[in-house]
Amino acid sequence: MKVLYFAWLRTRAGLSEAEVSPPPGVTDVAGLIEWLKGQGEGHAAALGEPRLVRVAVNQVHVGPDHPLKPGDEVAFFPPVTGGGAAGGGR
Amino acid sequence: MIRVQRQDFDVGAELAALTRDNPGIGGLCAFVGLVRDLSGGERIQAMTLEHYPGMTERELARIEAEAAARWPLAASLIVHRYGRLDPGERIVLVATAAPHRQAAFESCQFLIDWLKTKAPFWKQEETADGARWVEARAEDDQAADRWQDPRPEAAE
Repeated sequence: MKVLYFAWLRTRAGLSEAEVSPPPGVTDVAGLIEWLKGQGEGHAAALGEPRLVRVAVNQVHVGPDHPLKPGDEVAFFPPVTGGGAAGGGR
Repeated sequence: MIRVQRQDFDVGAELAALTRDNPGIGGLCAFVGLVRDLSGGERIQAMTLEHYPGMTERELARIEAEAAARWPLAASLIVHRYGRLDPGERIVLVATAAPHRQAAFESCQFLIDWLKTKAPFWKQEETADGARWVEARAEDDQAADRWQDPRPEAAE
């Protein structure tokens, strides 16, 4: 299973991607996040604020209960900020 | 049509190409997003846009298809840049063309509103104090949410 990090999750993790092999007990996104937190400081730092973490599986936005299977590409990132203008005008 | 690219784009040329050989188009609406020099009261020196290659194209195509399903569009275009940009540079072009103006206006606003909350792009700003990631704005979520409900049947 491939795990990707983007934006500040990537800088916190200190890596942009990792190949991981979670145990059979990890069956969904929420389970993967919990397991990854125990797989080194980088993963733990990236996923430390779950409220700010968005997830895509195989390049489609999903929720925490989305099921996972071997070979999936799982991306973690903050809420997106594309489009015009540089951030908030406040 | 969807394009994700590092280089700048020529708005006039893009719009001309979009409407060429399509005389059924009566209205064309375009939105161009630019890098602003102020953010939260602070001067921005530059901005870097990161994205998720593959998912970005996929998500933009999905959003464009949603617009085509909701409005009678003759043509549409989304061009979004990534990489390091200076203040004043173009970031994104959204253009929609339809037989009548209302569909063009509404679908153009829909596309930029949805794009801002769904397409996997992230901005990092450079200020005198260093680089910082831009946080998502609640206003952007609200702007996207107002398109959540399907179009009323009466609009058909």
